[in-house]
This record gives sequence, structure tokens and C-alpha cells, in this order.
Amino acid sequence: MIEIRNLYKAFGAQMVLNNLNLSVRRGETKAIIGRSGVGKSVLLKSIVGLMKPDSGSININGVEATNLNEKGYDRLRMEIGMVFQGGALFDSMSVGDNVAFVLNEFLNLDQKNVRDRVAHALALVGLKDVEPMMPSQLSGGMKKRVSLARVLCMEPQIILYDEPTSEIDPITAAAINHLIIELHDKLKVTSIVVTHDMNSAYQVADSIAMFYRGQVIADGKPQEIKNSTHPVIRQFITGQAQGPITEDESLIFGHVK
Amino acid sequence: MLNFVIKIGAATNSLVRYLGQLTILWSQTIVLALTPSFKGTRSLIQAHRIGPGSFVISSLVAFFVGMIMALQMAYQMVQLSAEIYIPKVVSVALTRELAPVLTALIVAGRIGAGIAAEIGSMTVTEQVDALRAFAVNPVKYLVVPRFLGLVLMLPVLAMLADVIGIWGGYVICVYKLHISHQMFWKMVFSALAMKDIVTGLVKTIFFGMIIAIVGCHQGLNVRGGAEGVGKATTTAVVRSFILIIMTDCMITFIFYFLLNV
Repeated sequence: MIEIRNLYKAFGAQMVLNNLNLSVRRGETKAIIGRSGVGKSVLLKSIVGLMKPDSGSININGVEATNLNEKGYDRLRMEIGMVFQGGALFDSMSVGDNVAFVLNEFLNLDQKNVRDRVAHALALVGLKDVEPMMPSQLSGGMKKRVSLARVLCMEPQIILYDEPTSEIDPITAAAINHLIIELHDKLKVTSIVVTHDMNSAYQVADSIAMFYRGQVIADGKPQEIKNSTHPVIRQFITGQAQGPITEDESLIFGHVK
Repeated sequence: MLNFVIKIGAATNSLVRYLGQLTILWSQTIVLALTPSFKGTRSLIQAHRIGPGSFVISSLVAFFVGMIMALQMAYQMVQLSAEIYIPKVVSVALTRELAPVLTALIVAGRIGAGIAAEIGSMTVTEQVDALRAFAVNPVKYLVVPRFLGLVLMLPVLAMLADVIGIWGGYVICVYKLHISHQMFWKMVFSALAMKDIVTGLVKTIFFGMIIAIVGCHQGLNVRGGAEGVGKATTTAVVRSFILIIMTDCMITFIFYFLLNV
């Protein structure tokens, strides 16, 4: 269970999260949608403790994360896996070593056990015999899948996905969506999926939250978001160039408001 | 005038802030190096990257500097018929000063730049964030092995540079100035004391720390993409050079005036 209350985060004069409130139930997959720069990734990084919010509360499984020091957060991080936008694979290591990273760092397992667990995690994301490859030899979709396999080795209770289907072809995107659903069904993990891809959000999410001006302006089931008449939501989910979101900005395709 | 004072104030503020950040990173590194769990192989891998790769270039430079010193001194000493003292001066100057400093500058250019670029590209591609997300301290994982690798290897490289630099002087003294082989080594060993070698090597430990901490600090604080990595690399080398020379002056001052060595 993740409970976020009155969260604020600013970078200089720019307020990114502005009194943000959000709840994610245990075992739920929540998709977060919204334009670039509305603070979706900042929220994920705040949850995993890579950024410190200016104020507000982040409660994860009953633990108030904002009160934790780095060591305390490390214990919490063992329950949270994050799939980064670009994969963030360690490029000096092979795929096998990337996936085995957490096992090698924290568990004193024999090498056969490590290899088995790596192969199992890679099989879960639909990859086989890629252990000797280097990250530079992988396609964008494969990188994301390896990144997910690396997270699965941790056996986390919560998985945070930062744009898992961006910059990959529609077929690979569909495979990743299928994977997120499967992991949710099989492992019962709580997931937050940050995405711009509405197809992905409708497919994978139990509920969708729309971010606008650093706040959640709608939070509901995919069908409710789909049928929303809110002009901001309608413009975003239908991908219209003209509408309240772009009117709100000072520059609309070269025309100054 | 007021603007000038404000600029000086801002520059002093940013210098103090920067040195403070380096000190914090240095102390974190020392504490984490002494905190279990210990992964010695990572430091050995770094030592292997630093040592053998830098040996050829640092040896070449030391060899030629030894030759140049002997030649430049011969220019004056021959007129005084005092060329016999050249081996003494070459060996003392190399071991106390030139070999440690030149080796450190070479390693700062070669390894310090590499450290800043490698960690910088890890920072911009979120690999450092990934480490933290996996509850791994980036200072322990990235900085400590490079720090230990440099502190371990720089004295070794400097020691080899001492020997090879003296051989550079030997070539000029024996084959150009016609000092005999025996006389050359007799003069070298009569001039060199253990304290000359030790003071040079003590300096290299500090230089190794500077190269590691400056390079890692630049890498961990990269902003932007490829351009940021490029800037961090250049800055790491320039700042390492300045800090090495400043520290050398400071340590030499301490040795000479406070410890009388």
C-alpha cells in the first residue's frame, strides 16, 4: 500500500509536485498519465528515495518514508523495484551479471543457484540465453525486459515502471504490457506505471491517475478515464493539439498566447 | 569596485563550497572503505586498470625528464668542472619531486579523466540512480575501489619512475659526459637517503586521493548529457592538476620546515 499525502517538490521557481495526493492499494496496478514535465518521474524517484520531497508524506506499507535516513531507506528499497526509462543497465556488466546484481551484492549464494535464478528471471520476461551479451548489444525492448528481470530477482513487493513502453515498437510494447499484467496476476505485486501510452495504460492498469499542474486531477478505473468529459483529460487521452492543456501554456506551436 | 568585491566573494564562496564537497566525499570514502562488507576484487580490478596501463607512459616521461635534467645541468656544471655532481642532483630531484609529481599529473590526465567520464556517463544514464534504488551506496560501489586502486598504484608507479628517471640521467652522464658507470652509481647512492624516497612516495598517496576524489566528484555531479560528461572530464583534469601542485607545495613546505626532511 502506498499513500501519498500533500506532496510538494519544486526545482528552483518551478513547482513540479503541488499538493499531490495519491493512493495505491496493495496488489493494485496504477497507471499515471500526464504531459512530460508534470512530475510523474519525480514522484517515482521520490517514492524510491532518489529525490527528497520538499514536504508531504509518502507512506509505504505503513512506513513513513520521508522520515527515513539513507540506511533506513535502503531497507525499504529492498521491497521496491524500479524499472528505469532507459533500462539503466550497468553497461560494464553482461546481461547475466546485471540480472544477478542484487543476488551477488546481498545474498551469499553459490554460482549455480545464481545462474538458475537469473535464467528463471530472464525466462519470466521472455528471454533466453542472453546472459553473455552486453547491454550495448541489446535492442531497446530487450533492455527494458532485462531491466525488469533484474528487478524481479529482488522479489519486490512493489514495482515502479518509468515509461516501460516508450521508444519501442508496438509489438514489443504489447509484449511488455502483457508481461506487466502477468507479473501482477502471478506475483501479486503492487505496481505504478508511468506512461504516455494510453493503450498501455488501459491494458495494464486497475486504475489510472491523471497528473496536471503537479496534482492528480482524476483517479479512476480505465473505463471511467476513457469516458471522462473533463476537457483536460479528453485532450490528453485523445491526443489533441488544441485544448486546455496547450492553451494553458504560453506557446502553442509557435503562436504566443 | 563593489561588483569586483561581489565577484571575489562569490568565487571564494564557490571555492570553499567545492573544497567542502571534496572533503565530505573523501571522509565518506574513508569511512566506507573501512566498513564491511569488503569487496577487495573491485579495488584490484581498478589497480590493474591504473597500474600497467600507466606504466609505459609514466616511465617514458621519467626517462626523458632524467635525460633532460642531466643535459640542462651539464650546460652549467661542465663550465665549473662539476659534472660529477649531476647524478646526485638528478637522483634527489627525481625521487623527492619530479617523479611523484609528473607521474601524478600523467595519471590525473589518463585515469582521472577516465573516472570522471565513466561515472559521469553512468550518472546521466541513471545507472547511479539504479545503484541507489538497489540499496547500494554509489560511494562504496564506485568511489572506494577507484580511491584504493589509485592510493595503491600511484606510489608503485612513482617508484618505478624514480628508477627509470635515474637511468635517463645515467644515459647522458655515462655516454655523453663520460662519467664512469661505477662513479655514477656511487654518486647516486651517496646522495640518496631513504627519506628522499619516502617523502616522494608519501606525496603520491595524497596525489592518488586527489585524483580519485576529484574525478569521482565530477562524475557523480554531472548535469546534462554528453556535453556535461565532456565538461566534467575536462574539469576533473584541470582541478586535479591544480590541487596536485598546490598539495605538493604544501607537503614540501611541511617536510622542509616542520619535519626537517
